Order: sequence, then C-alpha cells, then structure tokens
Amino acid sequence: MIPAAFEYHRPKDIPAVLALLEEHGDDARVMAGGHSLIPMMKLRMADIPHLIDLQDVDGLGGIAIGEDTVRIGAMTTQADLIDHDGLFAAAPILREAAFQIADPQVRYMGTVGGNVANGDPGNDMPGLMQCLDAQFTLVGPDGERRVPARDFYEAAYMTARADEEVLTAVTFPRQAGGYAYEKQKRKIGDYATAAAAVQLVKDGGACAEASIAMTNLSDTPIWSEAAGAALVGTGVDGAAIKDAVTAMLGDIDPSEDNRGPVAFKRHVAGVILTRAIERAWSRA
Amino acid sequence: MSKKMHIKLNVNGKDEEFLAEPRELLIYTLRERLNLTGPHIGCETSHCGACTVTLNGKSVKSCTMFVAQADGAEVTTIEGMGSPDALHPLQEAFREHHGLQCGYCTPGMITRAAKLLEENPNPTEEEVRFGMAGNLCRCTGYQNIVKSILAAAAEMNGAKEAAE
Repeated sequence: MIPAAFEYHRPKDIPAVLALLEEHGDDARVMAGGHSLIPMMKLRMADIPHLIDLQDVDGLGGIAIGEDTVRIGAMTTQADLIDHDGLFAAAPILREAAFQIADPQVRYMGTVGGNVANGDPGNDMPGLMQCLDAQFTLVGPDGERRVPARDFYEAAYMTARADEEVLTAVTFPRQAGGYAYEKQKRKIGDYATAAAAVQLVKDGGACAEASIAMTNLSDTPIWSEAAGAALVGTGVDGAAIKDAVTAMLGDIDPSEDNRGPVAFKRHVAGVILTRAIERAWSRA
Repeated sequence: MSKKMHIKLNVNGKDEEFLAEPRELLIYTLRERLNLTGPHIGCETSHCGACTVTLNGKSVKSCTMFVAQADGAEVTTIEGMGSPDALHPLQEAFREHHGLQCGYCTPGMITRAAKLLEENPNPTEEEVRFGMAGNLCRCTGYQNIVKSILAAAAEMNGAKEAAE
C-alpha cells in the first residue's frame, strides 16, 4: 500500500502553515496524528500533493484548565487526555470517551483537533464536544474566529472550517454534575454502531440541566436538544428516560451499512442512550 | 516521484541517515532499508499491531507513519530489546509461558508490552488486556500472552526490588 507521491512540509508556526495553505490551495492539507488521513492516502482515496505535518507547530499542544473554562490544543492526543488529572477533575467525560476510541497505539497518535476537524460521522469527539457546548478556534488569513461545535458540522466531512483555515483549539466550560460516554462497537478499533454523550446536573431530586449528543447515527453528530429537554424537571425515572429516547430517535437519521440495518441502529441508539442517562444520573 | 528527503533516525541506539521519499512508510524503512525484519507487516491497515515499534516513547503502528514524520525520532524495535544470549524478561516469559504459536504477532506484542509495563509496572489482568488491545493474535486466544506479560511484570518488579 504505497500512497501517491507528495511534498512534505513541517512548518514551525501558524503563519508558516497559513502561507503553505495559501500557496498550494486545494493541493495542500494539514495533518495532525494522521490516523484518519494516512489510511485514506494508502488506499489512494486521498491524494495530497502537499502534506503539511503539524507536529512541530508552536502553540498547538497543551491542556489549560481555567476557573470556568477548559482549553485543549488541537495537537493534544487521546493518550494525553487520558493521562491529565486536572482535565479529569474539570470534565471527566473526556477520559471515559478517550478510553473508548481505537486502541492504545492509535491513542498515542490520534489528536483532538484531527478528530473534531475531520468531520467523519464515526469520530467520537465531535458529538462529545457538542454535548459539552464547546467552541472550536479556527485561524485563517483573516485572523481568528470561534465556531460552536453545535454549528460546525454540515454533512459527512463537510464542516464550517474554510479550506485556508486551521483548527487550533477546542474550548468548553468546566462541567458540573454527572456524565457518561457510552459506546457500542463491534470490536476494539471500530467506530461506534451508536454512541451517546450525556451530561446531567441534579438539583434537589430533579434534573436541572441535561445535554445529550449522539455519534454515528446521522451524517453529522446530533445534539438532541429535545432529548435533554425531556429530562429537565423530572426525577430521571423510567418514563422520563423513555421520553428522552423517543425525542432522540426523532432527531437521528442513521443509514444502513456493515454495522447493521436502520432498525437495528435505532434500537441500539435507544439502548445506549438509556444506559448513558442511567450512568450519568447515578453520578450526578 | 517526489523529491527525496534527507532523513535522520536513531534506531535501537544507532544513528541512521539516508535519502527517502517522504511517502515511504516507516515499516518499509525498518524492514527493507535497515534490514530490521522483526516488526512485521500483518494487515497494513493500522489494525493488527504486528508492525508496532516504540517511537519517541510511544507505541506506534509503523505501517501508519511516513518516514518523513519520523525524521529526527528515536525508534526501538524488537531487535533493540534483547539478544539470543540475553533475552529481555518479556521474551523469556513468552518462551516460558508459551505466549506464541506461529510467532508472527510476537515482536509487536513484546514491543507494545514493554511500553505498557513501563507505564504501568504492576498491571491487573484486565489492564493488560486493555493495554494490549491494539495487537491481534490469531493463534493463542491471548490467554498465554496475558499470562506471559503478567509473569514478566512480576519478574521485572522482583529484579527491581532485589536491586534496591
């Protein structure tokens, strides 16, 4: 499996990356860990005449835990997320989710930035970032802008990022309450048949806030506002969970593939979301 | 053909310099350029882990890395871990506990296990299984691989205590 030939670039800073993107236009693509792009290049489904490796670019790493917000640099790997105790205190769902992504070797290379920017409906971080109401920082020739994760995904591999922009960081509020990332997959390393990210805040005996996002059940991640709303104000009992699942099923639009027919995926989505809500509530 | 790049690697403690196309996959560099045929090509699609090596302190699948990305890196393959006269404790344990049958996955298993034990010197059986999830074996059913890694951990911890 030999990919098509390319010129390799390893710039040191963002201005140099932007200059390369401007010079080579459609012929250039940035690469983080490469574990989505390299397999596509090996299969010759992606032909990238100018490959821009981000590994040495200044300022793209690091996890910063602020008083109210968490900022994760785009080149932070899944393994880094798992290892970071401060992050676990501020948003424990990231560790739980990262442990369910791929396998150890891939987690050493796979990055948050690559995972969210790629736009693959199978990636876990996009749905998770929608659940956390994250913002993505994009840097381009006209400067920096932020796009909410909930507005970022347009279709499979189509996002709000312009070709000449680079996604440099994700930022989200510190999380309170209970959490769960639940994923059903056929084997280690597979994408989800269905996955759910759930954050719940409990006040007294009732659910005060709920955020629910689903992965690989449409051509984009699905933040189901209605599913969250079905839980707020309830004691998250069986009836409320059923209502949330019904609401979620109204928002997803899975398609048949080698993970199963549509009816099966909808069934699994309900099971996975039920488990995720129950676990998140038990931790709230 | 694209322009060749001047590549520097340190492999098993030895500096290597050569010209290569950036698209060359690291597994081919190791096997065909440097004649290190311990790391194997199993699936060549990032699934099986037979090509696992340690690169700058991380276990990586060398079929999913361009040599250009590895430029400047330190790489350890199974050849850097022990010799027939002085086996690494993991190699010894795999032999002792029948941790291989055909042996094809073994170099990847052992390089990955070495990194796992470096990060977690005293793992539970579950942690071993989880930490080895990126390496596939089609012969053993994994039982003896897990047993071998746990035995090597005990041996290495014992040796460390004896030294202290």
